Amino acid sequence: MTDPRVTLGGVDFAGPAFTASGCAAAGRELAGFFDLTEIGGVVTKSIMLRPRSGRPTPRMVETPSGMLNSIGLQGPGIESFLENDLAWLTDHGVTAVVSIAGETVDEFAQLARILRNEPAVKAIEVNISCPNVESRGQVFACEVMSASSVIHQVRRNISSDVPIFAKLTPDVTSIAEIALACHNAGADGLSVMNTTLGMAIDPDTLRPILGGVTGGLSGPAIRPMAVRCVWQIHQVLPDVPILGMGGIANGEDALQFIAAGASAVSVGTMTFHDPSAPVRVQRELLGLLDERGFTTVADAVGIAHRGGLT
Amino acid sequence: MTAQADAEILSVRRDGPYWQMSFAAPGIADGFRPGHFVAIAVDDAHILRRAFSIRSASTKAGGALQIIVSPKGPGTKWLVERRPGDLINVIAPLGKPFRLPTEPVPCVLVGGGYGVAPLFELASQLRARGCPVEIIVGAGDAQRLYGVVEARRVSDAVHVTTDDGSAGEHGRVTDPLRRILAGGHPAVYACGPMGMLQAVSEVSAEFGAVAQCAVEESMACGIGVCMTCVLPVIGDDGVTRMVRSCTEGPVFFGDRVRWSEVGTVPADTLGAPEPRDD
Ligand SMILES: Cc1cc2nc3c(=O)[nH]c(=O)nc-3n(C[C@H](O)[C@H](O)[C@H](O)COP(=O)(O)OP(=O)(O)OC[C@H]3O[C@@H](n4cnc5c(N)ncnc54)[C@H](O)[C@@H]3O)c2cc1C
Ligand SMILES: Cc1cc2nc3c(=O)[nH]c(=O)nc-3n(C[C@H](O)[C@H](O)[C@H](O)COP(=O)(O)O)c2cc1C
Ligand code: FES
Repeated sequence: MTDPRVTLGGVDFAGPAFTASGCAAAGRELAGFFDLTEIGGVVTKSIMLRPRSGRPTPRMVETPSGMLNSIGLQGPGIESFLENDLAWLTDHGVTAVVSIAGETVDEFAQLARILRNEPAVKAIEVNISCPNVESRGQVFACEVMSASSVIHQVRRNISSDVPIFAKLTPDVTSIAEIALACHNAGADGLSVMNTTLGMAIDPDTLRPILGGVTGGLSGPAIRPMAVRCVWQIHQVLPDVPILGMGGIANGEDALQFIAAGASAVSVGTMTFHDPSAPVRVQRELLGLLDERGFTTVADAVGIAHRGGLT
Repeated sequence: MTAQADAEILSVRRDGPYWQMSFAAPGIADGFRPGHFVAIAVDDAHILRRAFSIRSASTKAGGALQIIVSPKGPGTKWLVERRPGDLINVIAPLGKPFRLPTEPVPCVLVGGGYGVAPLFELASQLRARGCPVEIIVGAGDAQRLYGVVEARRVSDAVHVTTDDGSAGEHGRVTDPLRRILAGGHPAVYACGPMGMLQAVSEVSAEFGAVAQCAVEESMACGIGVCMTCVLPVIGDDGVTRMVRSCTEGPVFFGDRVRWSEVGTVPADTLGAPEPRDD
């Protein structure tokens, strides 16, 4: 049987599948559906310094093989998160990867300082790619300089044994260039990818459907795009761990990401269809790796770059 | 306990303007309380589940649930084309149900359209506790009126209203509601379109009553992980928050929901964007 354990940025995780930020809240609601300790970990909804109401409704439109969302980072703020959500994960022995988001570089730095004293934080995902923020359309991960300065500040303010993953957007000309910049600024790994910006118009009212006008597209519709992003990044950074995601619905989908260069995967939108999707994907992936003779997940990472199965 | 299961369809039949569906849900049916809903996975082309109020639970096939479906878009149309023996994947029971009074107080239940679905079982449970129950059923016209016969079976009195007067009283559900509230102090329960719930909440407030309202918001997950289904609700501390209707609802106290601001984020909501001057 393939060993389920993976090592990302020097930290060991129980399995290669994770939840995706914003698609699992802080884990608690999924605990009734599967054992959260079986998967690699719960990547929590991006948390900000202060409570945030998010965008007006409607916040969701179903689209072919996917959905658009404009949640707008609704959340209780870091203080409440530590007290209620992180505490619950710790009490239940669930591995926590904490996703953080800020409107300014300094907010990211402050969040990192607050989290540095939290032993329960196994890794940090730095969400520099949320399309649903109003800060003048600014998405840090669209630009080398701003992406680097956020990552640099988080790295400076968090202990060196907590790996940080920069979460990237596909809405750029060269995602590999942004990935390189983030790595140079201190990112131990890369989470690839966030949603891509989309929009839907109601044919009756001829107005945008989403309260936030535009929204992030997710689900199987974006999977080929996400596999391509992982491929391009692994090409330039073959030794940097990638948490791959985008429309993963089953083990075969996950295997594509591993072969393209991801060291582990996150399951997002498909959790809405099947709340136990993260653990099901993990079991299916391990079964497929085993059938192909891999003893560890790591052996299969990026194999598509090396001529595949021979 | 909420559970996910492949449920066998026991029956699908046309019932006036809607469809009635029953499916085997052993283990799940036991936990059902009126106000709970079920999230059903539809055809492969649609990822998101569809939410339906649970109409009733029965002991058929080791435990079965009934729902009422209004075929509207692709998911609901697919559902009513299923046949007995087909399997559908369901998650239930979900949400917070209606709260029942501890004393045998009079109750008035208001339903609009398929919103009457959870009210039949609610009426039965209230009457079993000794509460006298009146039901108000409203619709646009006689064609769209639903559930009047069943309402008669489970209550002490039924009031029917239609917007065009083609059946029952010409007017809105709030007309008989006003008369009933003027004559006593009943507990009020409502399920139906958001506009109706707002009107029921406002009329109830005029008479010092608080309505329990089951809302319907667009949902992506139904289990509390996505934050799509929110509406502005005032908490016990007086603070308005954008609250998930799938986990903290779908039943809310009518005086807590900021009905006229649903679809917006009121400026005094916790964490609302600060006004900008740029
Ligand atoms: C708590 C709750 C109870 C409900 N009870 C019933 C019931 O008893 N009987 C019944 O017929 N319908 C009920 N609905 C509405 C039902 O869920 C929608 O009509 C259905 O999801 C529409 O799916 P569709 O594919 O036909 O339409 P589409 O418009 O194609 O649906 C597209 C997407 O939008 C969502 N959506 C669209 N309209 C609604 C809506 N009105 N409410 C919530 N989500 C929506 C769907 O879930 C889907 O994800 C209820 C909804 C909620 C939230
Ligand atoms: C409703 C919803 C909310 C999301 N919220 C966040 C978030 O808070 N932070 C973040 O980094 N990504 C967020 N995402 C993006 C996902 O984590 C993921 O990157 C993306 O959806 C692609 O994966 P998927 O197709 O498996 O969902 C969200 C996605 C959805 C659908
Ligand atoms: S529908 Fe996802 S949180 Fe309510």
